[in-house]
Amino acid sequence: MKVHLKVWRQSGPNVKGRLVDYTADQVSPDMSFLEMLDSVNETLIAKGDDPIAFDSDCREGICGTCGVMVDGRPHGPDSCTTVCQLHMRRYKDGDTIVIEPWHAKAFPLIKDLVVDRSAFDEIIQAGGYTSVNTGGAADANAILIPKTAADEAMDSAQCIGCGACVAVCKNAAAALFTSAKVTHLSLLPQGQMEAAARVVAMVDAMDTAGFGGCSNEGECEAVCPKGITLKNIATMNREYRKAMFANR
Amino acid sequence: MTLDSKVPSGPLADKWDRHRFDSKLVNPANRRKHTVIIVGTGLAGASAAASLGELGYNVLSFCIHDSPRRAHSIAAQGGINAAKNYQNDADSTWRLFYDTIKGGDYRAREANVYRLAQVSANIIDQCVAQGVPFAREYGGQLDNRSFGGAQVSRTFYARGQTGQQLLLGAYQSMMRQVAKGSVTMFTQREMLDVVLIDGKARGIICRNLVTGTLERHVADAVCLATGGYGTAYYLSTNAVNSNVTAAWRAHKRGAFFANPCFTQIHPTCIPVSGDDQSKLTLMSESLRNDGRVWVPKNTGDKRHPNDIPEADRDYYLERKYPSFGNLVPRDVASRNAKAMCDEGKGVGDSGLAVFLDFKEAIGRLGRDTVAGRYGNLFDMYRKITDEDPYKEPMRIYPAMHYAMGGLWVDYNLMSTIPGLHVLGEANFSDHGANRLGASALMQGLADGYFVIPYTLAHYIASTPVAKATTDHDAFKEAEHAVQARINRLLAGKGTKTPRALHRELGRLLWDEVGMSRNDAGLRRALRRIPELREEFWQNVAVPGDPNNLNKNLEYAGRVADYLEFAELLATDALHRTESCGGHFREESQTADGEAKRDDENFAYAAAWAWQGDGNAPELHKEPLVFENVKPSQRSYK
Repeated sequence: MKVHLKVWRQSGPNVKGRLVDYTADQVSPDMSFLEMLDSVNETLIAKGDDPIAFDSDCREGICGTCGVMVDGRPHGPDSCTTVCQLHMRRYKDGDTIVIEPWHAKAFPLIKDLVVDRSAFDEIIQAGGYTSVNTGGAADANAILIPKTAADEAMDSAQCIGCGACVAVCKNAAAALFTSAKVTHLSLLPQGQMEAAARVVAMVDAMDTAGFGGCSNEGECEAVCPKGITLKNIATMNREYRKAMFANR
Repeated sequence: MTLDSKVPSGPLADKWDRHRFDSKLVNPANRRKHTVIIVGTGLAGASAAASLGELGYNVLSFCIHDSPRRAHSIAAQGGINAAKNYQNDADSTWRLFYDTIKGGDYRAREANVYRLAQVSANIIDQCVAQGVPFAREYGGQLDNRSFGGAQVSRTFYARGQTGQQLLLGAYQSMMRQVAKGSVTMFTQREMLDVVLIDGKARGIICRNLVTGTLERHVADAVCLATGGYGTAYYLSTNAVNSNVTAAWRAHKRGAFFANPCFTQIHPTCIPVSGDDQSKLTLMSESLRNDGRVWVPKNTGDKRHPNDIPEADRDYYLERKYPSFGNLVPRDVASRNAKAMCDEGKGVGDSGLAVFLDFKEAIGRLGRDTVAGRYGNLFDMYRKITDEDPYKEPMRIYPAMHYAMGGLWVDYNLMSTIPGLHVLGEANFSDHGANRLGASALMQGLADGYFVIPYTLAHYIASTPVAKATTDHDAFKEAEHAVQARINRLLAGKGTKTPRALHRELGRLLWDEVGMSRNDAGLRRALRRIPELREEFWQNVAVPGDPNNLNKNLEYAGRVADYLEFAELLATDALHRTESCGGHFREESQTADGEAKRDDENFAYAAAWAWQGDGNAPELHKEPLVFENVKPSQRSYK
């Protein structure tokens, strides 16, 4: 089948970008969305044109490297699916697809569909860890953790840091990303020691990096490829208030 | 040059303790005066950067991704082994050591493997302290599962995302050091050369992938944790940006490359569907705990699998290997899948697949339990194939997955270039000719958390290095060479894309240097590879700007390196006329078709030295001495 594309092209951060039309011929339904883009790039390269820059790595939905707006929705139409796992069987012959980069002040554009998401690393640096050095850890079974707590912590910990939550949010807030890490560590005994300092530092880092405030509308949950829920944001807010009282 | 493995003397169980005591130390107050470069931020690189940063060294960490958390360790699914014996099923350090040596078909160094088994338990403790959410029992203790090549349950896991959780643990620890200033992070940098001063590794040249600028970085020592070379096969389970470039450039500067022909073809991957496919997706080996592998008994049976009665199915692994059944090691499972397909019993449109069936498990455990164990894998399978594995068997086929071979290192993880250390999949050290499932994560973290902090300290404390800056002639020369190569790539105004050439190389390697190898095929590959390389440099298309993000230029550079590396891979496979582990030479098999080793002639690690463009590499042998286990014909029957 054949699909028409309107792709955001912008050769660098300080130049004007625009949507450019392309046609992907010979698209098979078993192709992934990114393989379809690969095929367009193959044609461009063979003609000596600059291929469309987009990020991807593992192509199995776990590394969080890929991510583009597909018809205005991060990662495309399927729920709980990264764009590398979106397949062309979702589309019909003759469809037109608009492909754009994440738009957010804290994610400056590098080229075409590639943005800089290092602001996420800064949030983790601020406190998304337990302060234990290598060596000296007690036997792993010395601390019992209820299965339900471990399972819930895992639900939050599986965030892949792709940035879809920021891209879809009208405030470009990073609340879902930040709260997933806060929640993961707050559910486990290992995370208790620094819980108050962690949540305050991470929320501050989120604001400093230029992300907007959360207004609880939930688009982030709807587009998260890993199904991270709004409950995480509620947990972060509770932890934050607890920390504020504790600090008085 | 004689290869000195530097394995300490004394009884196996005491070697590591004794070695740590004999190693020199760096005073805590002096550590910040020493700079260490670590290239790669997967499990090995991130854990090394975090640990060395905690100790107080000045660490410079480099990765090609936009964030260190993207490294491909993140995609490891099934789990991590550790000799904890939490399940009371007679596991021990000795048993993990023995299983790993035997699983590697007696082509690994005893002392390294024993050390790996020793520190395995510390890894789990460390990760739990970091808050890694491993699976737990209702009583709150850690859960375990069993994995191929073992008869005990020693694998710790976090759903089907164990690699992700371990990597995030190491990444978070490293980011803590970034905040403290002991680790400086350089993202979107590709290492393109190692710089040697007075014969020692003292720095790297890397390209800033966003601006195109070449950068020089100087240090007292360099660690490569840059992963394996599986993407040389084009289609593999590796990430599309995984590459051999850093290791290969180090090889060309004098680091020996060991056992490149020891490649692991993983048995349970989603089969190839078309020519445009860019990668293959692994379905974790843990699925073989509950899934049963079968093919139709009769060739050409095209009925839907659910319509094929039990009597017409051949559960060939259970039939041939009654004691290990579906849990035979990966090399054995892969070869048997290929054999079934070669007999015409393969399933699916291509005939290159076998079934992995969960009907019996769902009946026994219930759908919810099966979903709890493998839900994310089933979802992934459904997304890719549009088929529901809860209702019909999965179709699976082997795919290139892991490189047991890699840069040669001694017991201290140092290569043949003094000061250049190699960690994780990038080195050759622990898995012999076949890696057991859930052992890659163990090795990456063992190297980074528990080995390199000691051995690197010893190197730094015992090796005086001259003061050097990036103005040194060696940096100038290396940068000049890197720039010349980039210019040569950009001069390519041909019509073939790097991907087209890479795909062609991958097909050649898969056909001739894949699951089954023979003299004639390897010689064909060795004739064809130089032709492909010639075609690459004559006809490659690399448009665009070097001073900007140019992913096609990056990719072209990596493909150029695969085209050189592939020749060494085939050369090594041709020279090793025995079969062992993942290296199966058709000329060397037992009466029932199993891999037949030749201990008399091949009980060594083959370490190859680069001799310059156009010259055959030189073979050096590190004899493998087995003092504690007796190499025998592996049997999983």
